[in-house]
Amino acid sequence: MYWQSVSDFLAMGQHGPYVWGSVLVTAALMIGEPLLIVRHRKAVIARLQRQFRADQADRQRRTNALESSIMSGSRN
Amino acid sequence: MSHRLINWFRYASPQSFYPLAGRMIPWFWSLAAIFGVAGLTIGFLLAPTDAQQGEGYRIIFLHVPASWMSMFVYLVMAFWAALGLAFNTRLSGMMASALAPTGALFSFISLWTGALWGKPMWGTWWVWDARLTSELILLFLYIGFIALQAAIDDPRRADKAGAILALVGVVNIPIIYFSVKWWNTLHQGASVSLTRSPSMAALMLWGMLLCALACWMYTIAVALTRARTIMLERERHTEWVHALLTEKN
Repeated sequence: MYWQSVSDFLAMGQHGPYVWGSVLVTAALMIGEPLLIVRHRKAVIARLQRQFRADQADRQRRTNALESSIMSGSRN
Repeated sequence: MSHRLINWFRYASPQSFYPLAGRMIPWFWSLAAIFGVAGLTIGFLLAPTDAQQGEGYRIIFLHVPASWMSMFVYLVMAFWAALGLAFNTRLSGMMASALAPTGALFSFISLWTGALWGKPMWGTWWVWDARLTSELILLFLYIGFIALQAAIDDPRRADKAGAILALVGVVNIPIIYFSVKWWNTLHQGASVSLTRSPSMAALMLWGMLLCALACWMYTIAVALTRARTIMLERERHTEWVHALLTEKN
């Protein structure tokens, strides 16, 4: 270990604000980016799944309508 | 020979690349964390102080890996873009789009940490010299690439336009790299070079190399995750995406 104490470490020999300013912004960006892309990915998957379900329901409705029209046609 | 070729092109299709990338991503995240913790421990806890710059030099463990990555990522992005233009493969454009935001992030980190390093060492946050200005242009190239692709609705045309911009911009990379040799600049020369032994203590060098490796692993993990999302969006009309997302329920 190079440092004598925690305050030594934090002071960084009078360069503390520069060093920690670099560390904080780098850490925020490199933690923030993965969180954002995972959130975006989940949103895309949810949107596509909603869309697929809606398409499915739409197809089902059309099939039902077709069937019922055929049925009523055969009754006449 | 033909067998190997077929295998290569198999992974160029999103359908087979998607699950492969999904299996690899956790490994890259783990490696990024391991290398990152090791590199930062060496850089911030173990490495000795610098004789000229004092403790402020420790910004090097963030600045140099980020700067390297900002240039490497651009080269990789341009490589994918060129492949896409030459072979018209679907995957290439997706990979180029997936890399651009991370490249922009690294050039921003490079500029930000550079400014915070420049202030105590040179007495100024910013100078319009060759190294700093060309790195700023790199950030603008990334932003231009992202904006251009976002402005074109058809993804295949967006890929082509972006690819041309990416390829033209490649000329900036040697300019950044050699700027400290070609022009007089405040920026110091390369700390690590292929042609001579590094001008720094072994422990410092190890810390920096480990941080750079962590950035590599991070970039691969992020780019693959982003590419997988782009694949789902662009291939949403295909059978495999439909099957994948409906069976998840």
